[in-house]
Amino acid sequence: MAVSPAPQPKLNYAAWPDESGHFGPYGGKFVPETLMPALDELEEVYLKSRLDKEFQAELDHLLRTFVGRPTPITYAQRLTRYFGGPRIYIKREDLAHTGAHKINNALGQALLMKRKMNKTRIVAETGAGQHGVATATAAAMLGIECVVYMGAVDMARQEPNVYRMRLLGAEVRKVDSGSKTLKDAINDAIRDWVTNVRNTHYLLGSALGPHPYPTMVRDFQSVIGREALRQMLDPEIGPGRLPDAIVACVGGGSNAIGIFHPFLEYESVRLIGVEAGGRGIEGGEHAARFADPKLGRLGVLQGTKSYVLQDEDGQIALTHSISAGLDYASVGPEHAWLRDQGRTEYTYATDEAALEGVKLLSRFEGIIPALESAHAVAHLVELTPQMSKDQVILVNLSGRGDKDLSTIMKELGSL
Amino acid sequence: MTGVERIEAVFAKARAEQRAVFMPYQAMGYPDRARTLEIIRTLGDVGAELFEIGIPHSDPLADGPTIQTATYTALMQGATVKDCLAMTRELRAAGMTQPFCAMTYYNPLFAYGVQRFVEDAVAAGIDGLIVPDLPPEEAEELEIACRHAGLATIYLLAPTSTDERIRYVASHCTGFIYLVSVTGITGARSELPPDLADFVMRVRKHTSLPLAVGFGIATGEQAAAVAGMADGVIVGSALVKAASHEDGVTRVAALASELVRGTRAPALA
Repeated sequence: MAVSPAPQPKLNYAAWPDESGHFGPYGGKFVPETLMPALDELEEVYLKSRLDKEFQAELDHLLRTFVGRPTPITYAQRLTRYFGGPRIYIKREDLAHTGAHKINNALGQALLMKRKMNKTRIVAETGAGQHGVATATAAAMLGIECVVYMGAVDMARQEPNVYRMRLLGAEVRKVDSGSKTLKDAINDAIRDWVTNVRNTHYLLGSALGPHPYPTMVRDFQSVIGREALRQMLDPEIGPGRLPDAIVACVGGGSNAIGIFHPFLEYESVRLIGVEAGGRGIEGGEHAARFADPKLGRLGVLQGTKSYVLQDEDGQIALTHSISAGLDYASVGPEHAWLRDQGRTEYTYATDEAALEGVKLLSRFEGIIPALESAHAVAHLVELTPQMSKDQVILVNLSGRGDKDLSTIMKELGSL
Repeated sequence: MTGVERIEAVFAKARAEQRAVFMPYQAMGYPDRARTLEIIRTLGDVGAELFEIGIPHSDPLADGPTIQTATYTALMQGATVKDCLAMTRELRAAGMTQPFCAMTYYNPLFAYGVQRFVEDAVAAGIDGLIVPDLPPEEAEELEIACRHAGLATIYLLAPTSTDERIRYVASHCTGFIYLVSVTGITGARSELPPDLADFVMRVRKHTSLPLAVGFGIATGEQAAAVAGMADGVIVGSALVKAASHEDGVTRVAALASELVRGTRAPALA
């Protein structure tokens, strides 16, 4: 079928970041000198791989035969009826192998290391455990040594994923410093990388960190948006038209940038990111970088310049979210830049709203979403009344909720 | 005299006397405020000629467990950037004349305001800046402010740095260059890396700036070995560990004296 021609976009979004890895004032490389040569090498290898037909063909083959791509889009008929508004479609990243979109990037980077870099070992961080499981999976399949750093708090709330990683042959190292969550796991993964950089690749799991990571992760995740674009336009599978709005949750922002990016040039499509509102913005117990003018300011965390939740002294704030995967003090630099351009918009959903999102999607559609993805679902409560019946919304369901059952049981109690 | 000139003078004097400069690191606010000041004065008394003034950050990703714990403790006790500068001002008022190099990660400095930080740092008696997560590529604003204020911009080089990067980074350094002895993070180690002399020689080929070596140096013997190949010996974690004890100040003085002896008796490589 024919792709409807895009109206002239305001900017050539595909041309960013610039050569130095910046998206306007965001991004860049803020790392110790020891890592600079490794980043230069990674950038070179990665840029070459984009044009390497053989590499792309192998990755594509693995995505189809191992990950199970393309993931479908599902028309959420009963949810649509419940809201009485626009037609809701769901991009089913929960159906990708390992149960979340994380595998797209993990496999891409692991394959890149295996085929193009003279390295034998992978380190990764994980919050919810989804990226850790995806990395351990890719490492097992490709026969690579794998160490995953995970905060002690996250290990407790995502126990099944810890076991899963170990079953897959990865070594899981507990991080007891700082807030004992994702941020601290990244610190320790970077420290390991600094120490072992000669034989180790850092497989960063979100569209964060120093250049080229935000770009590379975006590109590996853009398979979501490329498929969704094709599927939406195909009347046999989707509505046969572009969506009017796309909604995705934003922690670091990799699933969101993955689905947004191929739609950037279609300026009629609203792109909405949903951050973790935690226990509400006012008390500061959240991870909504764009929503809190008091704590969320331009800053540098873990290699990149972006919006960062921090105190007046530039110390990184402790964050809270019911979902470990959104519980992070900074956000991918490209999101900050796209927001400045007016191309993307950001809102938040609280813990409570996310739990409501879990219930809605489970009962109306038979899909138990990850707590992260439930933030995107939760936003439908606000978004649908603003839209008309003949409009179309696409929700990126970044992962499935099995890993969150113990948290959900604790919060919702007996049903 | 500017900060850059004061730092240069220290290295020039040591070079003339054919020895190296001992540069201790102190985490500001650790073990507490009063002992921070006491330790720095003590270090000065036993022969430290240049100081690395550590401003704590919540996410010190180039630091090992010892300095992580110390800076975390300092933060929990309420250490702020402002108070770190107030402490150096007090040390200057008490008559300390050795150059101070503030070591901070970029975000606290950026949050303070780059221009304002440089102005306040100079007013507080700071002579140079070491920002381990800020490569020259990202430092344009800070460099302009520092050049204007006479503050030294001290970048790090690592064993993984290519010759091209060595030339590039050196061209942005003033005062001296900080050589990271190992591929890794801060922390005391039992032995110096075997390729350290080669690394120092590789940097020497590209610059006439003084070279100070840090990371992993913990004993007088190691200090003497480093003094045999470089112009400065930087010690952090070992001193922080010494300071953590009940009789921390005494232990710091003893270890620092041993390190000073090492830097004054360079071992031939």
